[in-house]
Amino acid sequence: MRTQIQQPRTGSRILRNGAFVALPLVVLLSAVADPTLGRELLQWVPYLASGFMMNVVIALSAMTLGTVIGALFGMLSLAPFRLVRYPVAAYVQLFRNAPHLVLIFATTYIFPFEIVIYGTYLPFPDWVKAVIGLAIPASAYVAEITRGAILSIPTTQWEAAKGLGFSHGQALRWIILPQCLRRSLPPWMNVLASITMGTALASLVGVHELLHAATDASTAVRRLDFTIIAYLVVMAAFFTLCYPISRLTRRMEGRFHAA
Amino acid sequence: MQLESSERTSPMSEPTETALVRLEDVHLSFGQTQVLKGIDLTVNRGDAVSIIGPSGSGKSTILRCINALVQPQSGQITVGGTRVDQLTRETERIALRKRVGIVFQQYNLFPHLTVLDNIVLAPTRILGAERRATEVFARELLEKVRLSDKAKAYPGELSGGQQQRVAIARALAMKPELVLFDEVTSALDPETVGEVLWVIRDLIREGMTSILVTHEMRFAEEISDTVVFTENGRVVASGTPEQIFRGSDNSRIRQFVGGLSGGRSAARNGDALPDPMP
Repeated sequence: MRTQIQQPRTGSRILRNGAFVALPLVVLLSAVADPTLGRELLQWVPYLASGFMMNVVIALSAMTLGTVIGALFGMLSLAPFRLVRYPVAAYVQLFRNAPHLVLIFATTYIFPFEIVIYGTYLPFPDWVKAVIGLAIPASAYVAEITRGAILSIPTTQWEAAKGLGFSHGQALRWIILPQCLRRSLPPWMNVLASITMGTALASLVGVHELLHAATDASTAVRRLDFTIIAYLVVMAAFFTLCYPISRLTRRMEGRFHAA
Repeated sequence: MQLESSERTSPMSEPTETALVRLEDVHLSFGQTQVLKGIDLTVNRGDAVSIIGPSGSGKSTILRCINALVQPQSGQITVGGTRVDQLTRETERIALRKRVGIVFQQYNLFPHLTVLDNIVLAPTRILGAERRATEVFARELLEKVRLSDKAKAYPGELSGGQQQRVAIARALAMKPELVLFDEVTSALDPETVGEVLWVIRDLIREGMTSILVTHEMRFAEEISDTVVFTENGRVVASGTPEQIFRGSDNSRIRQFVGGLSGGRSAARNGDALPDPMP
């Protein structure tokens, strides 16, 4: 029974994980096959890597910001006061249904390029605006995840907490939210993967990230084969970052369903 | 023992200095549905009172009134000098609930915490008790409910009866003056009912003031100082177990008591309840 289930699994695992090997392999083989191409690529690798670092920084910053705000909004969306609940619900619905690119454009062109605080000019770089542009939808998704998780906890847990003398806030802190954490981790990782892929959109507003770097490189080199390889490198990089996240999510979902 | 609750003259209804809980003419309705239609109840310190009666007669609601989980529309509720019906602020209700333990039909353990943490959480987080001393006390309680070896287990790994015994230990960890048992064996399979009743019996013998809503007639008869029969939101009769179970001249009570104790397995809650875990 168990082996029967595992048999196709090992097959598909090789197939799926093949992409890890295949993409770099294609890049490597073509670099070796044509040494001039390999030399060009080697030259541009540090530039591409610095771009990719920017993707990682934007993704992590946007998710951190989005998670903090989203978790807070998720709790507020269940507040007993309409005055709190309605604006939060409006925020969540509005930004959950807005294309990421639109938000990145909006934050880029609405915010100034520098801020004046007590006479000192602080630069407001484009990548920070992209972080905000992605943190907004991330916070809306996380708010929905948090709200759903809190609602999914049976009311008997609240009753048990109350019966022991917990206040609403204490019950939330010690009993409800810890249970939400486990339940919301898989959907949260989905958001993480989606936001990470969304960081490529920042190239459209001139942020020096991987896609932007690859475009720079292909424009400078002006070789079709190099252009193909450059974008393959971009794909491989995003795959390496996002695929483990989605695999881990699947595994956790399975485990939580079993638990 | 008389049939009209307003004219009852059972020994329990006499106001005494030792009364820990007193309900007088408590009325409560949820929307249009009248659940309690004038409940009178007195529980003396150290006594065990069982509330019996058909489903939907408001038994569980009485318990929820006592620890202020629900607020009655009228009537007086006094718990150890606190007028529960007059509490208006949540902080006052919380202060009351710290003194009154409650054990639910569905155990309601916290699934993300180990057995030990389930017990330790409330004393450390809301009473501010010191963690290590609380753990020592928690282990004593686990020994009392005969689950010493399960301290590190999670609720999901335990049987219903074991979970319910943890829930009892969790309630006791707050050192309550009074424990409310809300049909604590109704969700259990017959084999595990005994082990839970065993623990409760121990507790009552030690003098813990207890109010039990139960369908375990034989058990109620054995351990109660007073048995209260409720139906349709009213106290139909109250008195000693002997009066209710043996000497009742009320055909409704006789029918109810006889139907239950005769129809269900007498062995599992019988007089000679065996020690489930020698």
